[in-house]
Amino acid sequence: MADFNYSVDADGVATICWDLPGKSMNVLSMEGMHELDAHIDTALSDEAVKGVIITSAKRDFAGGMDLNVIAKMKESAGDTPAQGLFDGIMSMHKALRKIERAGMDPKTLKGGKPVIAALPGIALGIGLEIPLACHRIIAADNPKAKIGLPEIMVGIFPGAGGTTRLVRKIGAMAAAPFLLEGKTVSPDKARAAGLIDEVVPADELQARAKAWVLNATDADIVKPWDAKGFKMPGGAPYHPAGFQTFVGAAAMIHGKTNGVYPAAKALLAAVYEGAMLPFDDALRVECRWFVNVLMNPSSAAMIRSLFINKQALEKGAVRPADVPDQSVKKVGVLGAGMMGAGIALVSARAGIEVVLIDQNQEAADKGKAYSAAYMDKGIARKKATAEKKEALLNLITATTDLDALKGCDLIVEAVFEDPDVKAEMTRKVEAVVGEDCIFATNTSTLPITELARASVRAEQFIGIHFFSPVEKMMLVEIIKGRETGDWAVAKALDYVRQIRKTPIVVNDARFFYANRCIIPYINEGIRMVGEGVAPALVEGAARLLGFPVGPLQLVDETSIDLGVKIAKATRAAMGDAYPDSAVDEVVFWMADEGRLGRKANAGFYDYDDKGKRSHLWEGLGEKYPQAADQPGVTEVQHRLMMAQVLEAVRAKEEGVLMDIREGDVGAILGWGFAPWSGGPLSWLDMIGAEKAVEICDGLTEKFGTRFTTPETLRDMAAKGDGFYSRFAA
Amino acid sequence: MTEAYIYDAVRTPRGKGKKDGTLHEVTAVRLSAITLNELAQRNNLSGHAVEDVIWGNVTQVGEQGACLARSAVLYSDLDERIPGVSINRFCASGLEAVNMAANQVKGGAGKAYIAGGVESMSRVPMGMDGGAIAADPHLAMKAYFVPQGISADIIATEYGFSRDDCDAYAVESQKRAAAARAAGRFKGSVYTVRDQNGLAIMDEDEMIRETTMQTLGGLNPSFKAMGEAMPGFDAVALLKYPHLERVNHVHHAGNSSGIADGSAAVLIGNKEFGEENGLKPRARIRATSKVGTDPTIMLTGPVPATERVLEAAGMSFGDIDLFEVNEAFASVVLRFIQAFDADTNKVNVNGGAIAMGHPLGATGAMILGALLDEMERSDKETGLATLCIGSGMGAATIIERV
Repeated sequence: MADFNYSVDADGVATICWDLPGKSMNVLSMEGMHELDAHIDTALSDEAVKGVIITSAKRDFAGGMDLNVIAKMKESAGDTPAQGLFDGIMSMHKALRKIERAGMDPKTLKGGKPVIAALPGIALGIGLEIPLACHRIIAADNPKAKIGLPEIMVGIFPGAGGTTRLVRKIGAMAAAPFLLEGKTVSPDKARAAGLIDEVVPADELQARAKAWVLNATDADIVKPWDAKGFKMPGGAPYHPAGFQTFVGAAAMIHGKTNGVYPAAKALLAAVYEGAMLPFDDALRVECRWFVNVLMNPSSAAMIRSLFINKQALEKGAVRPADVPDQSVKKVGVLGAGMMGAGIALVSARAGIEVVLIDQNQEAADKGKAYSAAYMDKGIARKKATAEKKEALLNLITATTDLDALKGCDLIVEAVFEDPDVKAEMTRKVEAVVGEDCIFATNTSTLPITELARASVRAEQFIGIHFFSPVEKMMLVEIIKGRETGDWAVAKALDYVRQIRKTPIVVNDARFFYANRCIIPYINEGIRMVGEGVAPALVEGAARLLGFPVGPLQLVDETSIDLGVKIAKATRAAMGDAYPDSAVDEVVFWMADEGRLGRKANAGFYDYDDKGKRSHLWEGLGEKYPQAADQPGVTEVQHRLMMAQVLEAVRAKEEGVLMDIREGDVGAILGWGFAPWSGGPLSWLDMIGAEKAVEICDGLTEKFGTRFTTPETLRDMAAKGDGFYSRFAA
Repeated sequence: MTEAYIYDAVRTPRGKGKKDGTLHEVTAVRLSAITLNELAQRNNLSGHAVEDVIWGNVTQVGEQGACLARSAVLYSDLDERIPGVSINRFCASGLEAVNMAANQVKGGAGKAYIAGGVESMSRVPMGMDGGAIAADPHLAMKAYFVPQGISADIIATEYGFSRDDCDAYAVESQKRAAAARAAGRFKGSVYTVRDQNGLAIMDEDEMIRETTMQTLGGLNPSFKAMGEAMPGFDAVALLKYPHLERVNHVHHAGNSSGIADGSAAVLIGNKEFGEENGLKPRARIRATSKVGTDPTIMLTGPVPATERVLEAAGMSFGDIDLFEVNEAFASVVLRFIQAFDADTNKVNVNGGAIAMGHPLGATGAMILGALLDEMERSDKETGLATLCIGSGMGAATIIERV
């Protein structure tokens, strides 16, 4: 079956219609690329054909490239993967360039056939790069359509000419948000920005495309960069204006990415070098930098975690296969505090009926008002309408009446983190809801198996750990208690899919997965402060690793008293084995000083009257004087990194983590673990087990047993393998 | 080994390097040529008197392009058999020219050289020559490029110099320069720039001004906006200096070197050259050095360059009587003083570039001449000149009287 269909109408207009069999969205494979190229050959050589429309039979044009193609290019080249990639990508350039030149005489620029891209909806990645090679791009006025080049989000950049063409089309400055931030926009905004040329009524798309093809002149189909005297919009690098742009861009990107994302660097290098070259040479240079990125282990790891495995988990890679669809129709949310209100919002946003319960009506209403405020913000930003707001609010019933929970097929309990309160709610609610209802508890610290004791149907009892703020954080951690059944797991996963978040499923253990890793990261940072390491160095080392926030800022955000609470509970649970007294000394002192974090406008950082973080608190230095001999940044980084990475390894060894993909995806989405690394286990694979063992052994000797090398790592070092070679599904 | 001697050193007054500067009307090649003529006349040089003219010049485009050194020779009264080579070691170009000449003399490649340099910053603005170090993303990120002003502020932050420390240094520099000019201490080297008809254009430095802590206190930091806002160079600096929480922006127009026009030349030769031309050597060039340093903090080069030149000379810091440390920014000199615990009465005793200006390609030769003048005036034996250099370098020279 073909990906593209080719037809020619009575007026001599050929249509190449993209229609991937059996899929709702077009994605480009290498086979597809060959097909498209063959159809272009046919159209250009057929004298009866006057011009070409490239469009889609689906609601959308295309979602992007099948990124597995890249892996195939690498593999098929054996010992010379860079050559394989280079040749493969250059062949795409050649095909797209053929569209762009369309058979015209390269000197006179005459005699070519007009090629137009007609986009019915979404056009992302290669789905925009192909149109950019056409002579004109028109799009249907479909406000839901997203147009753009989001490649940078998964650690690569537009490498099929999109970078080189867009910069020439609209200038480096205007192209920056699309190339460097992966911004995607509606057709109207895409036209305003110059990504596409025209927006037309959806039902006129094909007719307008045809009319353009029949009326296009030779001049209409010459790209500015193929015309004589082309000048780079905004100036090439060594023109006065362009110089400022490029100097500024390098600094800005360097600072914003903390220097850890190879794709952003390579993209900018391709733009810079290409800007001083003729177009075909610029494409070749773009290809060289693109290959450079694809050969970088960071990019491979990012693609694997943020694209392939994230999608796989969202599509149910770990869902019990034999349980039928468990889509939620009516969810009961217990507790209308910050978490409950957020859970109600994301549920209603997914079209699920919500009953939002709290002890008094005022609290329940306040929880619902959170959704109203959210929609108001959307309306102000023209992302929502009053009708949508009303429809969403109509789905939420805010009440104190537990009877309203009747008919719910899922309960998400998000009351105060107290086992007794939770147990009481479990009993009360189970008495009201039907026997099929799944009961989920949203907790970040309490063991699920313990909480399940309050349930009369422990196999239907499960943990769903949301991250705050619920509507922003992409990860949901699903925790299986000892008796939790497949049905409950499927229910939780189907619910997470409905609310369009990314799930991981883990077994029950202290702090589950995410917090198990985050807490040691925070603790290691605090511990260093206690040791006299400069707090700025602790934070700076984390920043250099690409963590969105350093450990001290993180503890300010989550609050010191929460830290104290967790520490006390953990100490009580562990007794003499408790390893973090050195951390507690600092944290308890901070709490005594009233420096409870951002909410108190005073923590490890000082804050101004408006709550804006200003600088590290100088009082820290008085209590914990900075040592004259400061450690190197690498040692600080190793401590911060290994503190959390080793927890991920132990979670795998102990069976808390059942799938390494979840360990990596969960870390990046859950707490922003250095995305460039692909996640903690990918990072270990990247540095190699042997190196990891060496680091851990060194840290253990210097700082103690919390860095003891896990057996798995030692074994991997001995056998020369890694997590993905050993455990990949 | 053959010794290299300084026979003479001359310089133009330093003009304000803007359109309203007195030397703005004089082309860079003319300014170079009359400096060469001045040196030749003062020392009765004629014919194929020197092996080469090594000419420091930073922004080698436009009228400073196409090997300005050779153009200057052809514009001057020097014999056309004398070639000319333009060199660019950024701010130390003038000193590097001297060092290269001295080392060639020591190595036996000719008896004598003229070394020096020029910069007409009012006519060929700094930065006109572009540069991959700033604009090539791969290099800029690999080297953690930030502009010099940010680097100077990093030095202040890293080594603990406050705005007041820097301002106080600047006030002192102005005071010393004014006193030196009033006492006629520059007269020996500074010659009067004249037009083609012999009419005087300029006869003394014009940028020195009286200033106070209060006046300087009113100036806004020059590099705060580019550091903190667009495009945010501080973020790049902190990637290289992760133990700093922020960059403290203390430098401004009043405690940084002034943009200036000017030229200077030094006559360097071996013993035989002096004897043949009836010239008496004023000093021996004892040792030279050049080093590379971290390009981000960029301007700390004088410290390792000094250590290296002392080592090459087999001397210790205490053996040096006088120092010239180019005042690119106040923090550069403060760091030098701090690193060696130097006596401030021995450093830049007649002021420096903060007061008089910094014509990039010429300054190195100018401060070496100033050092020699002061050594003679105060009867000191040894002197050391050093400059910080863009992209993270340093250069130094030790001279001793003979």
